[in-house]
Amino acid sequence: MSVKQISVFLENRPGCLHEMTQALADSNIDLRGLSLAETSDFGIVRLIVDDVLGTATVLKDAGFVASLTDVLAVEVPNVPGGLNKVLKVLDGAGINVEYMYAILGNKKSETAYMIFRVDDNAKAAGALGKDSVKLLSQSELSEL
Amino acid sequence: MKKYFQQEIECMPHEKIRELQNERFMKQLRHVWEDVPYYRAKMQDKGVSIDDIKSMDDLHKLPFITKDDLRKAYPYGLMGKPLKDCVRIQSTSGTTGQRVVAFYTQHDIHIWEEMCARALVAAGGSDEDVVQVSYGYGLFTGGPGLNGGSHLLGSLTIPTSSGNTDRQIMFIKDLSATILCCTPSYAAFIGERMKEMGMKPDDIPLKAGIFGAEAWSEAMRRDIEATMGIKAYDIYGLTELCGPGVSFECEDQHGMHINEDYFIAEIIDPKTGEVLPEGSLGELVFTTLDKEAFPLIRYRTRDITSLTREPCPCGRTHVRMTKLKGRTDDMLIIRGVNVFPSQIETVLINQGYPANYQIIVDRVNNTDTLDVRVEMTPEMFTDNLGEVNKRQAKLVEGLRSMLGLTAKVTLVAPKTIVRSEGKAVRVIDNRKI
Repeated sequence: MSVKQISVFLENRPGCLHEMTQALADSNIDLRGLSLAETSDFGIVRLIVDDVLGTATVLKDAGFVASLTDVLAVEVPNVPGGLNKVLKVLDGAGINVEYMYAILGNKKSETAYMIFRVDDNAKAAGALGKDSVKLLSQSELSEL
Repeated sequence: MKKYFQQEIECMPHEKIRELQNERFMKQLRHVWEDVPYYRAKMQDKGVSIDDIKSMDDLHKLPFITKDDLRKAYPYGLMGKPLKDCVRIQSTSGTTGQRVVAFYTQHDIHIWEEMCARALVAAGGSDEDVVQVSYGYGLFTGGPGLNGGSHLLGSLTIPTSSGNTDRQIMFIKDLSATILCCTPSYAAFIGERMKEMGMKPDDIPLKAGIFGAEAWSEAMRRDIEATMGIKAYDIYGLTELCGPGVSFECEDQHGMHINEDYFIAEIIDPKTGEVLPEGSLGELVFTTLDKEAFPLIRYRTRDITSLTREPCPCGRTHVRMTKLKGRTDDMLIIRGVNVFPSQIETVLINQGYPANYQIIVDRVNNTDTLDVRVEMTPEMFTDNLGEVNKRQAKLVEGLRSMLGLTAKVTLVAPKTIVRSEGKAVRVIDNRKI
């Protein structure tokens, strides 16, 4: 079970990130999660949104290059060692985590949510499921 | 369908062409000697008289005409006919700093159009075709030249001129254009726009394109051919000599046949001026053979190419020049290394990047820097920073092995590099030398 992440190419110059958020704001796109990776030349913004296709269209029309990636939305116990437990499972299954970041959760505080980009989604999902770690579907993500 | 516009001339045995050239050369030189005092003075400065020239074998004894002469003689100094005999003026854009103004008599226009008609037939054209001329019309020779050639051939001509790309595509589609004539960078732009509009090569009736007026790479040719589903042919020319059509590619797409009944081509060492043997890379020099208003003897083009007399499968016997590596005017010297934009273009296209790029040269701490700006495309983009970095590094490596020097590659957002409807401006040189 995976969710769609939208990755956007950004030039590394002042105002570029704002141009993107402006385009999203103008189209009323609600951001669930975001992470930014950058080099000295360019950046990649990764977005988690409810309306994936709509957002991709908005970005394309605004002149951005974007791509879709399947990632895992993982429910992490909001207690000390919570993240450690998830990573331990992945490590045990020999899964390589390429990157991960936290996203907005619900108002209750028992759980946190993180996005994992791994080298093998199916294998990671299997291992996490066996250990009763909950993965969110696209619709569950929207309901948060 | 005719394979040649003028078979007898285009396929004439070499010795016969030499005879024709010799006869016309002697006549042309006499015309220049008698009617162009500027060149006569140049000959006299070199201690050469018309009587010293017995045949075209003595060509090497004659002085060159350079762009500098054109500038000094501007506007009327190199004319071979009084203005009242002239019917047309064409001019260059003057982008390289020297504006060239050329004059034509009826006869000059006619032979120019004849050469363009030969190029159209070599690209598979006939009076059944619909030729869309998307070169600029006006002082620039591209539009008028191909327009005239298309008329002479009897093709239906659509004189769209350049610009308004959506309308260009609409005309191609609605009016069933089969041959497109424009600059290669504009062809790439039209192709890109077609893709954006969701059009496939089969959606348009084009079968061939004649693209010239700037140097372009084999990689770019393949790219345009795939995008539009056509055969793309190169055509060469200079306003000084007439315009496009001086030489053109045939179905073999291996070098451009120079119209030897109208020109003698030589390759010289640009440093010493010495004539180089067949096959050598050097500067292309032309002598016109049948021009009335603007005859030129040994005109140095500053274009770097080589000539071959290898028999061509198409049957044409006229000498071929290889696709231009670039004009010496376009050549950049970066840290002592000669760099042509077309080399950079080849690397980009081979690695899947678009033909839209910009080269920025600067000098930082007395060292030249080369920055190649390339547009990111959906195909080249991934969510993985490392992977994008890897592709960028591959591009740097590709450029290093092609150019022999390290360039910086900057990935920029799509559509940020300006598209050209005529000749593309690829290079921004910020060096203050």
